Amino acid sequence: MTERNPKEQERDATLRLIYTTTAAWRKNVAASGPEKYTEAFIKKQIEEFDLGKRHLANMMGEDPETFTQEDIDRAIAYLFPSGLFDKRARPMMKHPSEIFPEQRKIQWGEDGRPFHFLFYTGKQSYYSLMHETYEKLLNVQKHQDQLVAQGFSLQKEKKNLVGSRWLTKTELEGMLLEKLSDDDYSRFIRLLEKLMTLPCSDIEENYIKKFSKEIAVQLQKVSTEPLKYDEQGVAFSTGEGVRKTSRATAVVYDNGTGKITVNGIDILRYFPVLQDREQLLFPFQFLDRVGKHDAICTVSGGGRSSQAGAIRLATAKALRSFVTETEVEFMRQAGLLTVDPRVRERKKPGQEGARRKFTWKKR
Amino acid sequence: MLRSVKGFICRPLKLDHGYALHMAAKDCFSSVVSQDVQTPAEKPRAIFYTNESDPIKTFQEACVMVRKPALELFTYLKNSNFAHPVVRYVIYGERGTGKTMTLCHVVHFCARQGWLVLHIPDAHLWVKNCKELMQSSYNKERLDQPLQASFWLRNFRTTNEHFLKEIKTQQKYVWGKRDSTEQGRPLGEVVEQGLTRVKNASDAVGVVLKEIKQQCCLGSFRVLVAVDGVNALWGRTTLKKEDKSPVSPEELTLVYNLRKMVMNNWSGGAVVTTLSQTGSLFKPSSAHLPHELLGKEGFDALDPFVPILVPNYTEREFESCYHYYLHCRWLQHEKARTEDGKEELRFLSGCNPWQLERLSAPL
Repeated sequence: MTERNPKEQERDATLRLIYTTTAAWRKNVAASGPEKYTEAFIKKQIEEFDLGKRHLANMMGEDPETFTQEDIDRAIAYLFPSGLFDKRARPMMKHPSEIFPEQRKIQWGEDGRPFHFLFYTGKQSYYSLMHETYEKLLNVQKHQDQLVAQGFSLQKEKKNLVGSRWLTKTELEGMLLEKLSDDDYSRFIRLLEKLMTLPCSDIEENYIKKFSKEIAVQLQKVSTEPLKYDEQGVAFSTGEGVRKTSRATAVVYDNGTGKITVNGIDILRYFPVLQDREQLLFPFQFLDRVGKHDAICTVSGGGRSSQAGAIRLATAKALRSFVTETEVEFMRQAGLLTVDPRVRERKKPGQEGARRKFTWKKR
Repeated sequence: MLRSVKGFICRPLKLDHGYALHMAAKDCFSSVVSQDVQTPAEKPRAIFYTNESDPIKTFQEACVMVRKPALELFTYLKNSNFAHPVVRYVIYGERGTGKTMTLCHVVHFCARQGWLVLHIPDAHLWVKNCKELMQSSYNKERLDQPLQASFWLRNFRTTNEHFLKEIKTQQKYVWGKRDSTEQGRPLGEVVEQGLTRVKNASDAVGVVLKEIKQQCCLGSFRVLVAVDGVNALWGRTTLKKEDKSPVSPEELTLVYNLRKMVMNNWSGGAVVTTLSQTGSLFKPSSAHLPHELLGKEGFDALDPFVPILVPNYTEREFESCYHYYLHCRWLQHEKARTEDGKEELRFLSGCNPWQLERLSAPL
């Protein structure tokens, strides 16, 4: 950690070491942790980046003032075309804050005296955070007492906590730039919760917001399309389905006899295997509408099983328009409306297949 | 009349069982015919009884569903003028729709009426998988098939017993150095000769066919030639001569004689044939039209024929088949008894008799 020479230490100490091993002098690279950048270094990098940006803008013939990061990316891709698969391996030019990970800068000055008063606790940012939060808590309580003294009633409006969550431990660690233990984290969260429950915590809302995140509202309502009517007045609806490499579209007509045509061929001839026909039967059977609809489907790609699965998905999607919302929910829970994400796994080098290894020979 | 007769239940059989059907059915035909001489199409016929191998053994009875194509054939046969050259009917249709059963029905009908029935259950058996091929003694270029010929002769004997005593040979036939059949002897002797001397069996078949053809024109009896899988006569064979050269159908005695029989240069009967893709060689499974299965040669040979299409089950037919299965307790699964079960069976089988049988077998 320190760059102090062993010789300096020797000078200071009263006892003189006759002999030390070279191992003691040699820097233990692993123990010193990741490379630390000084602030000056980072500043220099930023200056170089800005200069480089202007040069690049001049080279590309664009205005240096309005040269955005996207323009930089495009310019670099143009000037240094690369065929590497991994995007992270290609040449890139980004702001140093994105390239050099945020780190704890050196916490002490030249005289060796640390800046922060809590440095010797070991977890300086955590304890300072706890102190701050407790300060806010006391503030709120004081405000509360004042209000009570003045005679106002205390009401607590229920804030909508559903749409937000606290930061996770890793996120907090990233914010504080130091490791936390689970205990510490839970203590901090309990403190925040306590702060939230107090009636007058609205004052410190800004502070609390720093530690909460909004959960993205799930797009649950996928709107079902209304039925379309063709020339004879027969209701129909379309749906699309995919499975592995097959793509299928289905048009389901009402007032039918249960006849299904695939690519112009009857299903009995297109799918000679019973299993495929059972897959097609499933959406209709689930809704108890086996002989009531006709369907005309087109499918391409894939093998027989994946084509059957694709058509099944397409017909299920098309049937949504004929059916009530609760039944749509049932279908979704039955898995009729979900796209099957399984695709063929890639073969890896050093193995015979995706998972199968070569025969192991002992010698 | 047609309407009342339509509601009957069927026991559709696979082709190999169908073979056994004819064989065993013939045994009973004669006995049944003698007991009960009623024309079936006139009044609603009850299920007629024959004993057969599996699956009929399980039911202790055999049923044929009376369907439209069969009735059509009956009307044609009844209205045909026997002075004119023989009319040829070709029953065709998709796989498993009941062509063989229709043929059986017609055979039964004609047997009831007292016709002489020449029934070849499956012509494909003559052109493939033959264990013994011998050079014909009669004609050096042709090849004999003693096994198939003797088998057929045996069945012919059991089915048409009384005819064999009536028909007399019209010329002398010499079988070998010591055997010969005089003119004027009953045909039964020729058949016996063929059965005892297996080597001459194919020639015996040829003789039988020739005699029948000649005498039928005189008008004393009617002949029905029923061939199942007639496309075998003009296709290719899987048989090879000793020098590994392929055998074409004309080189087989049985096929040669049968072709002569199927020609329309005689009168006083009818020729009813079925096309079959299941046993056929070197034909794609989607081929089921006469032109595709017969090939150019066969088509020209059979040219003026009456095609009869056998479709899948209609609604009513499906219902009756389903109810028959329930009645015979063939469908054991509880769900099969419900409406939903019926719909499911209908969907999955596509109203194809063969599919329906396969589906209900494990239920």
